Amino acid sequence: MSRPSRAPGEAVIEVRGLCNRFGSQSVHENLDLDLYRGEILAVVGGSGSGKSVLLRSIVGLRKPSEGSVRVFGQDLRSLPEQARSQVERRFGVLFQKGALFSSLTVTENVALPLIEHAGLSRRDAEHLAAVKLALAGLPLSAANKYPASLSGGMIKRAALARALALDPDILFLDEPTAGLDPIGAAAFDQLILTLRDALGLSVFLVTHDLDTLYTITDRVAVLAQKHVLVADAIDRVAETEDPWIHEYFHGPRGRAASDAVTPHKEE
Amino acid sequence: MELLGAERLGRSAEHPNCRLGAPERALLQTVYCSLADFCEPVREPEVTAGVQLLARIGRAVDLVWQDTLQLLGFIGLILETLVRGLFHPRRWRITPTVAHIEQTGLDAAPIVALLTFLVGAVVAFLGATVLKSFGASVFTVDLVAFSFLREFGVLLTAILMAGRTASAFTAQIGSMKANEEIDAIRTLGLDPMELLVLPRVLALLIALPMLTFLAMLCGIVGGGVVCALSLGISPAMFLSLLQADIGIQHFLVGLVKAPLFAFLIAAVGCLEGFKVSGSAESVGAHTTSSVVQSIFIVIVLDAVAALFFMEMGW
Repeated sequence: MSRPSRAPGEAVIEVRGLCNRFGSQSVHENLDLDLYRGEILAVVGGSGSGKSVLLRSIVGLRKPSEGSVRVFGQDLRSLPEQARSQVERRFGVLFQKGALFSSLTVTENVALPLIEHAGLSRRDAEHLAAVKLALAGLPLSAANKYPASLSGGMIKRAALARALALDPDILFLDEPTAGLDPIGAAAFDQLILTLRDALGLSVFLVTHDLDTLYTITDRVAVLAQKHVLVADAIDRVAETEDPWIHEYFHGPRGRAASDAVTPHKEE
Repeated sequence: MELLGAERLGRSAEHPNCRLGAPERALLQTVYCSLADFCEPVREPEVTAGVQLLARIGRAVDLVWQDTLQLLGFIGLILETLVRGLFHPRRWRITPTVAHIEQTGLDAAPIVALLTFLVGAVVAFLGATVLKSFGASVFTVDLVAFSFLREFGVLLTAILMAGRTASAFTAQIGSMKANEEIDAIRTLGLDPMELLVLPRVLALLIALPMLTFLAMLCGIVGGGVVCALSLGISPAMFLSLLQADIGIQHFLVGLVKAPLFAFLIAAVGCLEGFKVSGSAESVGAHTTSSVVQSIFIVIVLDAVAALFFMEMGW
């Protein structure tokens, strides 16, 4: 690995015995997963293996059928609404399609949580929003546009700026680099890494992008057969004896991504 | 059938005398391999038409029951959010509410005015034709005034709003749901009820009574124009007849229904929006459903109210 591996700190998210069922079909059975402070954890798995459902269960959008999700040591579901809203403000979520509010401009999108929660005036909030937008790498010319007139990459960056608006402790990213061109995707990876290092974020990442896995993640959790098969540093995950994991990491794409990083290792 | 075809494909690809080129052979082999793993999708067991009919009726009845429960729950949720927000003026959303009043009220005023004017004229024509044979043409004035103050003013407006506003609410909230914007609101620690539903409900609560008042006026004016042109009842006489015969209670009976209809139309429109699941097709289906449901509710309630007011002698 290109970076010194971090000593595991305390767990900010603890998922224990999670089960999710849709009617008679079960997606998760007895799933355990931890996210440690300051790490970038990637969740991988085949299509339909329930990666997004897991993310939605953790951020409280979906009520799990069974099991518990503890965030900062508190069970979100047992908290009263006011306290829950307090915890939820420490989350930043980047949805797969961005989910920007289509009736608001980009700046207003980022300013909304600041006005609502931090009680800032409109002027201050929009000033702060401009800072967050610049941080996310969005050109100033895009700030007053509506989401419908932005490109896919710009929407991702604007949505990241909104996720960062309230200075969250945990960042959830649902396929952040899907649909971006390779240059944009690499820049996005670096941006996440920089933000993590500078702001001490913990990042929960759902992705299919092998380059992202090899360049920025500390740990990779493989979701298969309805639970977490293995969660460890990518080198050790890739060595795991499992046909699916083997095909995933040692297929042509996996090898290419791995080779791209190997030279750095020897430096 | 599949097995035989697959076996043939495989054999012909590997046959030594096969004159196909390498790419074609690769295609045959790919088809052969995928057919080997292919298995028939599991089919539901066939049932007779009678059982199917019963099953569909049962499902439809269950759906109506579930919809009713959901609507009642949603109404409760709206009231709870309203009461909780009442004592926090900082959380009052004045700007979106005013914007929705403009969209649902002001923008609908021309169509409401035109429609009720025309219906008023039609009612006057009908009255004139029927009452003439009794030599009581002059009661056309009462007919128009009674029908518009008590029923048509509020009913026509509510039906128009159900078609125009309930569908708009469903489409707006539904496309936000499909775009995960509702989820984004939740993860930002905000309440979609407070942010999206309350402004819409309050806006319609204010707009619908005002439009109802406009509808009553225009309907009566429409009737008055017909009276003046075809019955020779001058506007001055029309007004004096109105003043003499029509009590204020008829106006009130019509107007009290407006806020109730407004609340239900807005609630149905918003709730159907939240039921949208992902696809554009779902937005369309729920928009249709919200219009049908709200028109149904409005007409049923109006009939019940008419009966009630009649029995009370108001």
